[in-house]
Amino acid sequence: MAKLLIDNITSSCSLSDYKSYGGYTALEKALKLKPEEIVAEVQKSGLRGRGGAGFPTGMKWSFIAKPEGVPRHLVCNADESEPGTFKDRYLMQHKPHILVEGMIISSYALGANTSYIYIRGEMMFQFHILQNAIDEAYAAGLLGKNILNSGFNLDLHVHCGGGAYICGEETALIESLEGKRGNPRIKPPFPAVKGVWDRPTVVNNVETIAAVVPIINMGGEAYAKIGVGKSTGTKLISASGHINKPGVYEIELGVPVEEFIYSENYCGGIKGGRKLKAVVAGGSSVPILPAELILKTAKGEPRLMTYESLSEGGFATGTMLGSGGFIVMDESTSIVKNLFNFSRFYHHESCGQCSPCREGTMWMEKILRKFLEGRGTSADIDLLWDVQGKIEGKTICPLGDAAAWPVASAIRHFRAEFEEYVKNPQNIKDVRHYYRLNNLQEL
Amino acid sequence: MANKKIEFSPEALELVHRIIKRYPEGKQKSAILPILHIAQAEFDGWLSAPVMDYVASILKILPIEVYEVATFYSMFNLKPVGKCLIEVCRTGPCWLMGAEDVVKYIEKKLNIKEGETTKDGMFTLKTVECLAACGSAPMMQVGETYHENLTLEKVDSILQDYKSKGELVTHWDKKHIATNYTNLHE
Ligand SMILES: Cc1cc2nc3c(=O)[nH]c(=O)nc-3n(C[C@H](O)[C@H](O)[C@H](O)COP(=O)(O)O)c2cc1C
Ligand code: SF4
Ligand code: FES
Repeated sequence: MAKLLIDNITSSCSLSDYKSYGGYTALEKALKLKPEEIVAEVQKSGLRGRGGAGFPTGMKWSFIAKPEGVPRHLVCNADESEPGTFKDRYLMQHKPHILVEGMIISSYALGANTSYIYIRGEMMFQFHILQNAIDEAYAAGLLGKNILNSGFNLDLHVHCGGGAYICGEETALIESLEGKRGNPRIKPPFPAVKGVWDRPTVVNNVETIAAVVPIINMGGEAYAKIGVGKSTGTKLISASGHINKPGVYEIELGVPVEEFIYSENYCGGIKGGRKLKAVVAGGSSVPILPAELILKTAKGEPRLMTYESLSEGGFATGTMLGSGGFIVMDESTSIVKNLFNFSRFYHHESCGQCSPCREGTMWMEKILRKFLEGRGTSADIDLLWDVQGKIEGKTICPLGDAAAWPVASAIRHFRAEFEEYVKNPQNIKDVRHYYRLNNLQEL
Repeated sequence: MANKKIEFSPEALELVHRIIKRYPEGKQKSAILPILHIAQAEFDGWLSAPVMDYVASILKILPIEVYEVATFYSMFNLKPVGKCLIEVCRTGPCWLMGAEDVVKYIEKKLNIKEGETTKDGMFTLKTVECLAACGSAPMMQVGETYHENLTLEKVDSILQDYKSKGELVTHWDKKHIATNYTNLHE
């Protein structure tokens, strides 16, 4: 299968290099179409948001309000902070012009004349790469006034964050772009009606916007033929953890999970020939699944890398494709310890606006720390279950859910491991390790 | 500090004004995050209250609006830091691949605890959350550079390099203020 996004990765990411393999031909094509026709192509392609939620992009675009005389904006979400996800950074570093080209086409489709790429502050290296790409595009008449004599004007700016996972949530990102703390807004109103500076705004992930380029090049219908069912096109998967070949892979949606983990074309199997224990398939926020459920659904069918197949069985036996952050854990991994780490992350990143999330994430971290210290009790397992249930669905933004799901799924599938921490802490490597690292007394 | 006048260098000031122009008229507050990064590069790697007041005066907003933002985002240092701020990723995939050992090793080597600065003012050690480099874990960031696939030997030579250079390293690298600023399109 040909790659659509990360083909032709070379050491140079210059404009001339990008043009030498057909860069900016999609833009030329797009500017000859009407904006509505581009929206229609994207709708036909079946493209779904690559930032995590998987919402159909064409539909999202069709919702943008068009009040007379009010500017509209496109904002690219390059905040990529979901643990396990590193595809956007890779794409921006190696192929910044595909994002710039996608931004121009998408802005034209939406009728936006000023657009922003919001990149997380830690990625300052990629910030400057993008800035250089944008400067090259201005110099070549691809940005600015009357782009390629089409009469369309666009200013594109790259904006950097300051370090906060929550700013990846689209309304927090908008607040942050306005120069404020990244506190998510209550919806409605949705950004499509009232976004940045109260103007209609579309927020899309880096990969989503990049995918618009091949969609225009090949046509929406041809793009929709790639993949399976409603999971059309290709997807960048960030593969990490205990595998032989970690990295970013562009897959055709529909590759079997087993092939993805074991094939030499992808992860190349588990490090050291050890056994697979569990996978977090879509970034830290999605439910963890044990080996038998990630390779096959509860019905015994092979699990595929698609939105539908990964969520087959609901949360009882399934998970989500999410952002495509595929974290693999071998048999030596402690689920409890890993969960503590994720819970600490969500506690650290909660913006603090809603009490279930602010307090709940703090309690989950605290309780899990007890297990690592060899002080966990059976009642603590039930308490954890109770706390996560009191967060899910009761908060302003989905960070609360994202903090609850890993806890719920770890208890659902690995309860015996928590019980082992309660019964035999002295046998557990992590507990001893924890003590050694902290120079506490040996158990 | 007390009698040193707080003012951006002319290059930085020009850059700041170019950045402000990227946002609509009257929405200059939007420029605050990039400007705070530039301020850290200009003023020893951290944001003192007078520096934040100065940023407020440039953006024509209240000082409290700057404090509010600076305290929310983890990249802004509200206390002095060493010339070289080492940020080790401590999240899931990096943890699986040995980030804890990297942190403990640096603590021992530099004889500081996480969050502290070495006596000579060269290094500050901090742990941070996932930096989107999980495929090359464990990793750490120093300024705008990611050091990936770390081993303890690699850590040694990286620290040695920074120490021999002895320069202030910040996220918004000084070289992007001094030489590249003309590239920033208005
Ligand atoms: C806590 C939280 C963090 C998020 N982080 C990101 C992110 O880093 N990048 C991203 O594209 N979307 C992120 N999202 C999803 C965005 O809110 C939004 O759905 C997405 O940018 C929409 O773009 P898409 O439709 O192209 O996927 C996050 C959501 C939540 C709740
Ligand atoms: S759920 Fe958490 S992160 Fe989201 S708004 Fe509430 S407190 Fe903030
Ligand atoms: S977990 Fe360390 S970079 Fe993602």
